[in-house]
Amino acid sequence: MSIKVYLKKKKDNPPPLRNRTSRPGGGRASHTHTCHSENQSDLLILRSQFFSFFNLAHAQFILKMAAVQGGMVDEKEEVDIKTEPQSDGLMNTNATDGRQLSPSPSSSSSAGSSKSAAGAPEDQQTLLAVLQFLRKNKLTESVEILRREAGLPEDALDTKGADCSAPSSGGTAGGVDGLDAGSLLSRVAVSSSAGTPAPTKAVADDQPDVSVVLSAYSQQGDPALYKVYYSDLKKFIESVLDCHRAELSQVFYPLFVHMYLELVYNNHESEAKAFFEKFSGDQECYYEDDLRVLSSLTKKEHMRGNETLLDFRTSKFVLRISRDSYQLLKRHLQERQNNQIWNIIQEHLYIDIFDGMPRSKSQIDAMSGSLAGEAKREANKAKVYYGLLKEPEIEVPLDDEDEEAENEEGKPKKKKPKKDSMGSKSKKQDPNAPLQNRIPLPELKDSDKLDKIMYMKESTKRIRLGRENLPSICFYTFLNAYQGLTAVDFTDDSSLIAGGFADSTVRVWSVTPKKLRKVKSAADLNLIDKESDDVLERIMDEKTASESKILYGHSGPVYGISFSPDRNYLLSCSEDGTVRLWSLLTFTCLVGYKGHNYPVWDTQFSPYGYYFVSGGHDRVARLWATDHYQPLRIFAGHLADVTCTRFHPNSNYVVTGSSDRTIRLWDVLTGNCVRIFTGHKGPIHTLAFSPNGKFLASGATDGRVLLWDIGHGLMVSELKGHTDTVYALRFSRDGELLASGSMDNTVRLWDAAKAFDDLETDDFTAATGHIHLQDNSQELLLGTYMSKSTPVVHLHFTRRNLLLAAGSYAA
Amino acid sequence: MAEREERRFAQVSRESVALMAESAGVELGEEMAAVLAEDVCYRLREAAQSCSQFMKHAKRKKLTVEDFNRALRWSNVEAVCGYGAQDALPFRSGKEGELFFVEDREINLIELALATNIPKGCAETMVRVNVAYLDGKGGVELQGAVPTAVQSLSDDLLKYYQQITRAILGDDPHLMKVKSVSHDLEQLNRLLHMVRSLVQNPYLYLGSYVRSLVSSVMYCILEPLAASINPLNDHWTLRDYAALLLSNIFWTHGDLVSGLYHQILLSLQKVLSDPVRPLCSHYGAVVGLHALGWKAVEKVLFPHLPAYWANLQAVLDDYSVSNAQVKADGHKVYGAILVAVERLLKMKALSLSHPGEWCFNAQTGSLAAAGGYSSPGLSPPPQSLSEAAFGIASHLQAGSGGCPWEEWAPVSLPAMYLELYSFFGDSLAVRFSTGPGLDSPPYCPSALLREPKKEALGQGSNSDTARKMPQLTANLSISPRRDGSPRTDPPPPSLAAAGPGRSLPRSSSAQRSRYSSSRSAQRLTGLPRDVFPKARFASPQNGPPTFSFVIGGRQMGQRCQGRRPFQTVFAPTPPPAAVPPRAYAHKLPVIGRVGKPVRRWTCSHYSLLLPL
Repeated sequence: MSIKVYLKKKKDNPPPLRNRTSRPGGGRASHTHTCHSENQSDLLILRSQFFSFFNLAHAQFILKMAAVQGGMVDEKEEVDIKTEPQSDGLMNTNATDGRQLSPSPSSSSSAGSSKSAAGAPEDQQTLLAVLQFLRKNKLTESVEILRREAGLPEDALDTKGADCSAPSSGGTAGGVDGLDAGSLLSRVAVSSSAGTPAPTKAVADDQPDVSVVLSAYSQQGDPALYKVYYSDLKKFIESVLDCHRAELSQVFYPLFVHMYLELVYNNHESEAKAFFEKFSGDQECYYEDDLRVLSSLTKKEHMRGNETLLDFRTSKFVLRISRDSYQLLKRHLQERQNNQIWNIIQEHLYIDIFDGMPRSKSQIDAMSGSLAGEAKREANKAKVYYGLLKEPEIEVPLDDEDEEAENEEGKPKKKKPKKDSMGSKSKKQDPNAPLQNRIPLPELKDSDKLDKIMYMKESTKRIRLGRENLPSICFYTFLNAYQGLTAVDFTDDSSLIAGGFADSTVRVWSVTPKKLRKVKSAADLNLIDKESDDVLERIMDEKTASESKILYGHSGPVYGISFSPDRNYLLSCSEDGTVRLWSLLTFTCLVGYKGHNYPVWDTQFSPYGYYFVSGGHDRVARLWATDHYQPLRIFAGHLADVTCTRFHPNSNYVVTGSSDRTIRLWDVLTGNCVRIFTGHKGPIHTLAFSPNGKFLASGATDGRVLLWDIGHGLMVSELKGHTDTVYALRFSRDGELLASGSMDNTVRLWDAAKAFDDLETDDFTAATGHIHLQDNSQELLLGTYMSKSTPVVHLHFTRRNLLLAAGSYAA
Repeated sequence: MAEREERRFAQVSRESVALMAESAGVELGEEMAAVLAEDVCYRLREAAQSCSQFMKHAKRKKLTVEDFNRALRWSNVEAVCGYGAQDALPFRSGKEGELFFVEDREINLIELALATNIPKGCAETMVRVNVAYLDGKGGVELQGAVPTAVQSLSDDLLKYYQQITRAILGDDPHLMKVKSVSHDLEQLNRLLHMVRSLVQNPYLYLGSYVRSLVSSVMYCILEPLAASINPLNDHWTLRDYAALLLSNIFWTHGDLVSGLYHQILLSLQKVLSDPVRPLCSHYGAVVGLHALGWKAVEKVLFPHLPAYWANLQAVLDDYSVSNAQVKADGHKVYGAILVAVERLLKMKALSLSHPGEWCFNAQTGSLAAAGGYSSPGLSPPPQSLSEAAFGIASHLQAGSGGCPWEEWAPVSLPAMYLELYSFFGDSLAVRFSTGPGLDSPPYCPSALLREPKKEALGQGSNSDTARKMPQLTANLSISPRRDGSPRTDPPPPSLAAAGPGRSLPRSSSAQRSRYSSSRSAQRLTGLPRDVFPKARFASPQNGPPTFSFVIGGRQMGQRCQGRRPFQTVFAPTPPPAAVPPRAYAHKLPVIGRVGKPVRRWTCSHYSLLLPL
């Protein structure tokens, strides 16, 4: 299948996988209903095609799909995972006939891809690309219908097909294949990820593009007048009432960028420079980085390869403006016949109009800063099951002699708290929790149960942290790493520590006196009495015992590392584009997962094992299962690199942070994006869920830590204090404290409990998403702890709430 | 605009592009070169921007060539090779002044290949853990941050400071106070050693920090440490060592802080005169005085001894089981006093009998002796110009401080011996009897305490003294003992003369005058009894020759008998004690450790000198 070609191809395709949520060009064109439905059905087919491919690889997830394409399902691949639960909207959609007009949410959002065939030439190009793709996939009927609908001649496809795909790939036919398929794939994933039934306007703009949309800036006013237009608007906004000014000022930045690009695109280089010169100083300071990129771009040819700009043009910049302010702006622009600006606003901006009081400057500033503006309010409306899964009931054996030996009278005491703690967890089903089997989870092994018991025992000895009771901090310093330490992880029980290094190695150390041992060779294993009780001990080769082991296999710096919950596996991802799974029993590489064809920045195991997520330079995050060599889900939507990925504690969601300065929460089941958080002013480098799954903390290069309420999709708090990139975040085991570690060589402790308590979730805030953040960073900051000269790369709370920090000494 | 861009970005000029094209054999038109130059600039910026993300993900602050190469590689451009080193590449300017280049030296591969000294690989990457903060505390004292006092130091000193703090603190990130670790002898020892090396560092000017050093050392000497509660802890050694250190500080840095000597003496005396203080503190005071030199002993301990003696005696007299520990401590103190007094006598005798030689000794041996006339080796140099000078100096320095020893006047040696003998009896005498070998200990400290760099010199002087020793000790063994011994048939006339002469100048000190008067009055035994009710003084009314004998209230005779085996030297002079009150017969041997006097001596020797 074509996708395989794509996946195997590596660097031959110059631009990374394109994933775009929308396509702006010619959005004003009205769509006929027929065309709409036609295209929709076509896309549905694409989607089924897409998922049928998935089926091949991951039958256990999409068994439902088998109903449609049963023949293609490889039954053998249904490994030990259970069938799909019923409540799967996406699958239901797929189960319906592809020709039917399905009103299901995900399909409706994808349906927006239609476009009038009678539109501008660029529309035609897009259409041709779609047709070409359809033909490649032997969907001749759809091709016919679409062509008839678009009024294209029979031979148009043949003659123009090559042209339209040319911009995106200059390689072999396979390359074209691969790229087209790939970008479509991701587009489909995106459109399905849009999730909630978006209002029609948003839908209509959700236009994918196959050919790179270089023709977006077609209409051209008088380049000399751009300055006049812009300063006219500026004058107007400065003259409006104060309450509207802040809101309307948001328009400046996207307008500025688009006008500049339009000038550049149309080869008005000197005008563009003058325009930039004149107005770049007016922009908000947090756009400085983008402006720098922009300023270096003065030629149309340069725009072609510049992904940042491509994203900017192809995605709509989202603004939230109150209805009053919007009316003001609209009236002004119409009065002044300022069509140039009005066109840009119409085409490239998405104005999310709300009724109510205009927001203040600080409110706006808190939420803005991302590459594509704020999140649409609708984007955060989907229900998120953030509650924790019910813990499996494990009978805690009370015959732990050692403890009883310690305190004999402790026996009755001990039973009670255990029962209580277990009871409260297991009896009450959290209303916000997903169904236990919402996604199939691996069954607990005996060893896992033992570990759970250990965990419970440990947690009874946990220190209760709080404002008055701060944790002790142990610092693990990597010596002689020569600035090569790139990633660190601890096992949950803090018995092992692993480091990923720039020299492509992964090193594992034992933190306890227990040394690391390999399993004996096969020949030796044959000699072992398999019935003996200590067989697990016997299989280990004592001769190989050492404090640390080095894992060789990657061919580039290891940027992310993660232990499996059962401590048998280790994941590492690297610049070489692979994610590797290592066995900690044999200390060898088991699998290399190839899918990201570009550097993989982060990876993490699911808290229940088996699944893992990875994200990289190709702007997508992928969900994998350890026993599948291809991803189960592709989470596409970020406009720039996915820099960090984390699993929700209930394993039903994945959160990704990106250098487009947004955070997205994805539903593992549907692949939809269910939350978009904006507010960071720099690439996000670390994320952490609170233990109860309700909150999320994020840290970015801007040195700020933001706290988010997942359920309401709101920013909760802004923690200012770090002076450099925050690379590590971790909640204490009971969620009372948040620890943050940074490049500025400090660990800071924050009173998370207080921050969450202060949260006011009245209906208005919840409905509008307008938050009032008071600046209480200093109040919430409980302590700043300096290391000598060691950037903090990783933080970890032991089961008893001792804080472990790690980093490599930078002389 | 162009200028601004030039400031912001590196530019590759049109000319450069044309030149490069030329070198590649391509002729470029002007226009073409301009376009190319612009494009090159843009690509450069693009690569620079994209390479920064490799740096960020590697969690580094420094952009490396490797990062740039990665960015190039991922945009399908050939990487730049040969600049992978982590070090910064120094640019050198050419002769023109406008040309800069990276020095690229040729490497002789043959030499490299055949080199025998293969560089060792870099050290293994490892993980070390330390508890950085305990219970979130220590937030005030930032790890690695230097206290404000230290911040003004130069880089070198700062490094030195860090080394020292690391050596002292080890893994403990908190700056500790001496008091906070008084339970940990190990730690205290480490601290003292560090102080010693600080003091001995000839390149370090301590300045006013000497005072704080001294105070912490004094703490170790005097304070009842938490560790001394447990009798198993050898805090005695610590005190000895600290005392040695104290004298060492004076030897080397005493000139830095004026009046310090007097302050120290004052505080030592205060401790000594405070009966509430535990015995270990007293012990510390005695060894401290001892370490400060015989003059200090003479000035403080000797006049104070009578008062203190009663106190000590009371302790030693108590036989109750509960008192056992205290009594053991008392013996320690007793031993320390004995050693101190012994040297006092010897040195005094020496200074009297061989002033010239001592002068010579002092000049060679003591580094601080500025010149001219200097006092015997163990007196601290700053005050050691001369006795007279010292007196003046003390007046000047201590001023209105009212030091009791201000009006101190030297007591004549025989008188002193007599008085001391009254306390110690034969145990004192024994020490002088044992010959030259045993006399050397008092010198040892001086030799040992000298700075390392002076070690050779010190050794030299030591051997010097050793060579002279026989003579000196010969003198010693004759003059003081014979002179002072009550057993020598004719008490030297000086004794009688010294007695009254001594009491006069000391009368200013109330306490001392009381005792001196009591001593001279010979019968006021009731008075000390009132003060120290436990002190049961025998009240034999003896004749003038047994003058000091009575004061001591000791039946020297008993003790002498107990020590008979070691007193062969004195056998011809049997104690004149016609009145041997039985009451103390069993007691005194205990004090002097009659059973094993030699070991007693070695013990004290051990205790005073072992720490080094």
